[in-house]
Amino acid sequence: MDLYIGLKVLWWVLLGVLLMGLAIMVGMDMGVGTLLRFVGKNDGERRQALNVVGPHWDGNQVWFILGGGAIFAAWPTLYATSFSVFYIVMILLLFSMILRPVAFEYRSKVASSKWRESWDWVFLVSGFLPMFVYGAAIGNILEGVGFHFGWDGQYYQTESFIWYLLNPFAILSGLLAVSMSVYQGGAMLMLRGTDPIASRARNYASVAGIIAIVLFIIGGFMISGMTGYSLISGDPGMPANAVSGQVVHAVSGAWLDNYAAQPILWIIPLLAIAGMLLGAMMLRANKPILGWWLGAIAWIGILGTVAASMFPFLMPSSDNLNQSLTVWNASGSRYNLIWMTIFTLIFVPTILAYTTWCFRVMRGKVNPPNPADDHAY
Amino acid sequence: MDMLINPTVVELSRLQFALTALYHFLFVPLTLGLSFLLATMESVYVITGKPIYKEMTQFWGKLFAINFALGVATGLTMEFEFGTNWSMYSHFVGDIFGTPLAIEGLMAFFMESTFVGIMFFGWDRISAKAHLVVTYLVALGSNLSALWILIANGFMQDPRGGTFDPNTMRLEFSSFVQLIFNEDAQAKFVHTSIAGFVTGSMFVMGISAFYLLTNKRKDIALRSFRIAAVFGVISTIGVVTLGDALGFIDVKAQPMKVAAMEAIWNTDYNTASAPWNLIAFPDKAAGKNLFEIGIPYVLTPLLTHSEDTVIPGIHQLVDEAKPKVVNGIKAMVALKEYNHDHSNVQALATFKQYQADMGYGFLAMQYAPDQDLKKVDASNLASVVDKTAHETVPNVWVEFWAFRIMVALGFIMLAIFAFAAYFSLKNEVEKHPLLLKVALWSIPLPWFACEFGWITAENGRQPWTVYDMLPTFVSASSHSVGYMIFSLIGFVLLYSSFIAAEMYLMFKYARLGPQASHHGHDKAPAGGGMAGQPAFAKPSLAKK
Repeated sequence: MDLYIGLKVLWWVLLGVLLMGLAIMVGMDMGVGTLLRFVGKNDGERRQALNVVGPHWDGNQVWFILGGGAIFAAWPTLYATSFSVFYIVMILLLFSMILRPVAFEYRSKVASSKWRESWDWVFLVSGFLPMFVYGAAIGNILEGVGFHFGWDGQYYQTESFIWYLLNPFAILSGLLAVSMSVYQGGAMLMLRGTDPIASRARNYASVAGIIAIVLFIIGGFMISGMTGYSLISGDPGMPANAVSGQVVHAVSGAWLDNYAAQPILWIIPLLAIAGMLLGAMMLRANKPILGWWLGAIAWIGILGTVAASMFPFLMPSSDNLNQSLTVWNASGSRYNLIWMTIFTLIFVPTILAYTTWCFRVMRGKVNPPNPADDHAY
Repeated sequence: MDMLINPTVVELSRLQFALTALYHFLFVPLTLGLSFLLATMESVYVITGKPIYKEMTQFWGKLFAINFALGVATGLTMEFEFGTNWSMYSHFVGDIFGTPLAIEGLMAFFMESTFVGIMFFGWDRISAKAHLVVTYLVALGSNLSALWILIANGFMQDPRGGTFDPNTMRLEFSSFVQLIFNEDAQAKFVHTSIAGFVTGSMFVMGISAFYLLTNKRKDIALRSFRIAAVFGVISTIGVVTLGDALGFIDVKAQPMKVAAMEAIWNTDYNTASAPWNLIAFPDKAAGKNLFEIGIPYVLTPLLTHSEDTVIPGIHQLVDEAKPKVVNGIKAMVALKEYNHDHSNVQALATFKQYQADMGYGFLAMQYAPDQDLKKVDASNLASVVDKTAHETVPNVWVEFWAFRIMVALGFIMLAIFAFAAYFSLKNEVEKHPLLLKVALWSIPLPWFACEFGWITAENGRQPWTVYDMLPTFVSASSHSVGYMIFSLIGFVLLYSSFIAAEMYLMFKYARLGPQASHHGHDKAPAGGGMAGQPAFAKPSLAKK
């Protein structure tokens, strides 16, 4: 196989890994933010909940920043188009992502209960909204997005942002992402928190897990009837040019074509359901470590299901089908992908090693902090 | 037919990017510099074992944390804004510009953000030596981060390492070595990093001066003052030297920027005696300085380190641009034809002939009828060429004064640091309350210098996003004005409330200062608890 095609596929896999890492790690912190007002009934309990993720949210947030950078470099056309087409939604996401670090840093630095109460609302919004947007964006991409390109590679948008936020499938996908983040955050609160927040977290997280299963299955039925996209012709080794070079058809139910061709792929959605179901059971049985890992597997299964349905599409265009972004026409150049691969091979294992070390150093239960203590979180 | 580019949207996108970048750059320099100052203080602690240095590290670390969070939060905006607001730019250079940003995440940003948690929470969980390594990794991470960002920025200033491919309509990455060893990027990295050290030094020195003036924790204040003053002298000398090196590089790489920086309208061929404008009131419309005070014999040696290098003036550079515009229009017309029909060998050949000037063709688009270069003909060519050539001149007034303010601040700070270091090393600093007051009130100076430095670099790059290759005018996303107003208002509201909260907290904790220490009492509650809670949490209790 041509090296360039191999690199494109490799970076498609890595794009998936990034989106999964982001969903699991950042989603967990967001889930804690969403749950904050519900698991913590007083200031001490809420501070305890925040300190559960306190030492790590900063590092986890980098998944998000790295995601932006890696998509920019490895999928320049996807970065340029998707971030602009979803402008208002992305701006809302950015605002919440900016508010969250500030909330962590500022909340407990002033003793006033009004001040803290306000920041707790910020945690709720900045935990809920980004995960909702994350899920809704993936939902919209499955449905196809209204854009086309001019001759010079500039995109033009043909749909309103209201549609992106408010169509039923996007709402369902958004709620699925929120449920999973509440699940993951709840598992972490059980893991490092003590009662009463741990037992409250258990109730919320296990219910969230069950809701996620229901939403995932409904979503699956919706996808089977939805207009999918099918690549009729397009050379996988082509130079990255989204303006011309592909023929794409839109066919109802086409998102299941890959499963029909490779039935073994059905393992992926089953993995998602099994992860959520067993995970919720483990949390009920007070086994948060196992529950956390099963939640991570469920995330991998959910995003893997989307990826397996869409391959080789990255962002299909409902406006000009042939200009749909695919793994073949939206990637970086061969030379660039080689360098990106070299850096990834060196630094991803390094990152995993020191992240693991940091979690080990900070392991153990977090108790409610001394109320007079005015240090951050 | 595709939509026309709306100049209002481009201007609003520029405004938003400038505001968010300037705002982000309020937090970056302090992170860069203070991280190394913290590492220095902690090194002294580990080497001498004196607990006071641990207390110093923890106290300044607390102020570092407040600043760090906003640096991370506002940095996120920058990472996303290329995609959300500069789609054509991202498409055109993503293959080469995105790579340093991705590497920055992988190599540097992950490191600083992961270890910063251990730096604040891990004091009692790892050995003193291991903690010192963690602090150094945070400092190294922040500065490596700056390295990769400035490699990306260096590419915008002097694009090297990329080749335009008419089949993908973008600059494709072609040389890693040229990208990272870009002279502009290297010099600017060192210049910017050291500017961060200057900022960190002034911050620590000024606040220490406040404690000395108000008789608070002199043990900590005197030591911090001395470390910061010495660090400050060395870094300010470094920043000036590297700034000079950058100017030297720009004479060759960005002559228009240099001409605007010095307000040189006409080339002076008597190179040795060419005057350097100390003060000038440049008027771009009139094409001259309304008023100027020049010092002869200074300009050429100052900028080129020689006596016989010609420094071209703005008018000459505009004239030199005119034939490039003519060629650029031919290149872009041929490129468009080739993109409608990839078998058009004739169009491809024409494009390749004029490819070197294609950026000037892009730049001419805004003056072509209906922004369509095909409609440029004998009747309007001369006017399009003339307007486009004049478009290559940045805002001279802003460039000239931003540069001068930055340089002046640099020398003022050098003087302050020099006096401070001298008296501090003689142990006489407390005898000079005026010096202490000056140090206190000088805290904002490095921030102004950094922001004006950014304005010099980026205003001087206009009208290009990628120098000589891609104009700002065609780089923006095709948003509606409404979208831009929505996001701009949101950013302004959010960022103003952040800065208010940040200043409030900084003042609160700086005023509170390091209180009487309680070493040995800051052990965690039973059961591990907040074992990581730094000792500086306690001193502030005493006040309440």
